[in-house]
Amino acid sequence: MRESHNFVGKIDWITVGIYLVLVIIGWLNIYSTVYNVQQGSFYDFSNDFFSQKSGKQLIWITTSFLLAFIILIIDSRFFSQFAYAFYIIAILTLIGVLFWGSETSGSRSWLVIYDDIRIQPAELAKVATNMAIAKYLSTINIRMEDIKTKLIAFSIILLPALLIVLEKETGSALVFASFIFVLFREGLSGNILIILFLMVLLFVLALVMNVFLLIGVILALALLVFIFMRRRRKEIISLISIVVLATSFILSVEYVVENILEPHQQKRINVFLGKETDLKGAGYNINQSMIAVGSGGLTGKGFLKGTQTKFNFVPEQSTDFIFCTIGEEWGFIGCAVVIGLYVVLLLRLLYLAERQRSVFSRIYGYGVASILFFHFMINIGMTIGLAPVIGIPLPFLSYGGSSMWGFTLLLFIFIKQDATRLQIL
Amino acid sequence: MKKRYSERRYIIATIIIVVSVLFILRLFYIQVIDKSFQKMADNNAIRELTEYPARGLIYDKNGELLVYNEAVYDLMVIPREVKNIDTAELCRLLNIPIDIFNKRMLAARNYSPYVSSIFERQIPKEMYGFVQEKLYKFPGFYIQARTVRKYPLPIAAHALGSIGEVSQKVIEEDSYYAPGDYIGLTGIEKYYEKVLRGRKGRKKVMFDAFNRAKGRYMNGDYDIPAVEGLNLYTYMDAKLQEYGEALMKGKRGSIVAIDPTTGGILAIVSSPGYDPNLLVGRNRGKNFKALIEDQSKPLFDRALMAQYPPGSTFKLVNALIGQQEGVLFPDTRYSCSGGFPLGGGKVVRCHGHASPLDLKQSIQVSCNTYYCKAFKDIIENKKYKNTREGFEAWRSHVIDMGFGQKLGSDLPNELPGNIPQAEVYDKIHGKNKWKALSIISLAIGQGEIGITPLQLANLGAIIANKGWYYPPHIVKDIGLPDCPNPLFKKKINTGIDSSYFEIIKEGMLDVVEAGTGFGVRMTEIKACGKTGTAQNPHGANHSLFLAFAPYDNPKIVVSVVVENAGYGATWAAPIASLMMEYYILGKVSRKDMENRIINGVIKYSDK
Repeated sequence: MRESHNFVGKIDWITVGIYLVLVIIGWLNIYSTVYNVQQGSFYDFSNDFFSQKSGKQLIWITTSFLLAFIILIIDSRFFSQFAYAFYIIAILTLIGVLFWGSETSGSRSWLVIYDDIRIQPAELAKVATNMAIAKYLSTINIRMEDIKTKLIAFSIILLPALLIVLEKETGSALVFASFIFVLFREGLSGNILIILFLMVLLFVLALVMNVFLLIGVILALALLVFIFMRRRRKEIISLISIVVLATSFILSVEYVVENILEPHQQKRINVFLGKETDLKGAGYNINQSMIAVGSGGLTGKGFLKGTQTKFNFVPEQSTDFIFCTIGEEWGFIGCAVVIGLYVVLLLRLLYLAERQRSVFSRIYGYGVASILFFHFMINIGMTIGLAPVIGIPLPFLSYGGSSMWGFTLLLFIFIKQDATRLQIL
Repeated sequence: MKKRYSERRYIIATIIIVVSVLFILRLFYIQVIDKSFQKMADNNAIRELTEYPARGLIYDKNGELLVYNEAVYDLMVIPREVKNIDTAELCRLLNIPIDIFNKRMLAARNYSPYVSSIFERQIPKEMYGFVQEKLYKFPGFYIQARTVRKYPLPIAAHALGSIGEVSQKVIEEDSYYAPGDYIGLTGIEKYYEKVLRGRKGRKKVMFDAFNRAKGRYMNGDYDIPAVEGLNLYTYMDAKLQEYGEALMKGKRGSIVAIDPTTGGILAIVSSPGYDPNLLVGRNRGKNFKALIEDQSKPLFDRALMAQYPPGSTFKLVNALIGQQEGVLFPDTRYSCSGGFPLGGGKVVRCHGHASPLDLKQSIQVSCNTYYCKAFKDIIENKKYKNTREGFEAWRSHVIDMGFGQKLGSDLPNELPGNIPQAEVYDKIHGKNKWKALSIISLAIGQGEIGITPLQLANLGAIIANKGWYYPPHIVKDIGLPDCPNPLFKKKINTGIDSSYFEIIKEGMLDVVEAGTGFGVRMTEIKACGKTGTAQNPHGANHSLFLAFAPYDNPKIVVSVVVENAGYGATWAAPIASLMMEYYILGKVSRKDMENRIINGVIKYSDK
């Protein structure tokens, strides 16, 4: 095999290609949301252009290309070597935001750099945390099976997450849960995944159906298991403790929802579960979103012809709800294509991650796939009513400088790792 | 050890694929299978605005405008879409107090939160500009342009009619109408509603979430253009109408003027009347209330609905029936010695005149006795088995001459009048126990008989035409000045032979030349007439006159009724004569008579 002599390495153009396609699709749809029906000119390169979202997004895109370019040129070992440094900087920045950040609509998550230029440290913290986790878990003699390893790993992940929760951006904090996939791949027991899944399930069930009925069902199931299992002491104790845990969890759900969650979060959950039809607030978003997407039909209404997204019926239509524009204007086929692109990207990332020789690169790659998948799942799920409203962007498509930079960095650091994978000694 | 975990990539990959497939399925469902979202999207963004076409205009026979349209603006509200508005500012803009505002919003919400209702009717023109400018601040409110009727001349209120908001009942029966639409309520506005209203159009306009219009949906491909209403061109002569209303000022009663050759109504006056502009606009309710409460009943269309005993004018009818029945001839003579004896000391009185009289003279002089005798001959004609049969034969002739039934004109509020049936007398006197003497008052147009001024004028047309008539109507052409109204084209034959009419005409000519109507004789025009003095159980006699002119080829028939005014010759005749002079010659030279009439006021005592 010929060794690559150029210091860039062998770039995986498939990944880069999908990135470009998604970015362009994103830009086109952002343009559509700001497109003014009555003025209707395609080439709106007046002075106004860069004050509109479509113009600004172009700036974010070009600067992201710049970032990507720089990353591809830098020595790939730079990232693994300075992983912890980046992590600490990220933590400090997150703390800084809590004190000096500017407050917008209930959350304090932006740092004003200069005048109009702001960044959201949370977006960059994801990248740093990914690097830190990859670095930590790739350290020699660290094994996932050890309790100590698990604790430190969780802490690395939890710390930035908690800081973001303090910013009142719970949605962004939730993204960190996606690292569970990384840990799972590195050896964390699959039972954790199953338990997490069951907890979510019980949580939802406890809110939707009668609490005592649910407990009754749990007891009945336990009874069934008891009848058919081996009557060994250890197992009976496990069974009883599971039942007790489940019951107390179920009973605590309502308390948690009412007293710990913020009212708007409660509302979003209730709306999602159909317990409330709030046609003005959170319910309005989802309602309008589904109308926009649903009205797209098979082939959509056509580029620039979406009435719902253009006429401001869908809030946050260029950021969290950008998928609505795709749904409305490109229809089912458009949606399927975009979803297809993401799936190919994610699976490609898994494949690339697996072929890494360096553990750091592999773990980092899994991190990229997990984070992107989490955003993808929650964001699109939210627009079509399969997830509660959690305000997180759709990678590469949503408007926003911080998220575009964040995801570009996240991705291209891995592309660089992969490009130089054969150069690892 | 680490190698083992690489298999886990399949689990992760599977999770990714499962979630994506779930999304695809869900998308397929809501985008392709479930059609309700498309509908909701349309409701969100696309609003159907109704385009109201201009209502047809109404012209008089000389092309003068009688009714035209003026634009007014209603402020509409859709309660559900009203979000976060500055109520105080809106109240200031509309100049209404806050409690009224709240009351109206509540009413609108109770009506429906989703459907628009009228919030403020007919915003004055001066206010419209300001309101429209600021309306974008108030989502949920929008302006609906409408037209209302305006009348350049304050005449013919009853005939022209009025428009008003359509009632719930009509909305339920006819899906064309929506709440808040206008519909013709009275007069020819009502009769020709379907012609005048045109057809509503539909504009699909896109609105954004802030209630701002964003352009036509699909460039107007789905719009249905409004169709303007058709104009009406009437027979009415505005100047004649105006003149008639001036003549009737201060008196109660009516004038009906018809062109016998077409049945076209040249003028139709009901006095007291009112300015039609009163029932338009924001003060409509107030004005209407005042008119309703007015004891002289200005809203009551006397020309069509007031039923009077015809008095001596009815003698013309009996004269014709008598000839037709073969019991009366031009040279039939009856003597009169001051009255017709009924037996038991009762007499039908007559005034002084020569005796005996032939048929022509009996008309000229209006002899009661003559007609009592003639009537008896008609009813108790030997060719009929009994009185009852004779009566019913007589009655059917009367009906054929347009009495006792609606004439079917295009003025909707006609009443049929009353020609009593045999059963009535059976009840009073007992079956088959009555004869001509019991009902003799019918001979001279008194008793249980009621006709409307329209029917009286129609009688004049029948005589002028010698035996037939067109149903009297007011609209000549529809749509364009030379597009004839297809209705009312059928001549109606009265069944009285035309040869019997000549003597009647001559008699009526003599009335004016040398008879009871002598006072209104003109030199330039040979006019025919018949006086009538109808006895009125409630007060003074009514003054009636039926006339037409000129004697050769009559162009105009006029019937006049002046309530409680005494002799026909004193008030009704001059009015009819002046009307004919004005119409035929274009001006009136008998100024003394004109002044007396115009300035004349009859004192009415209302209970």
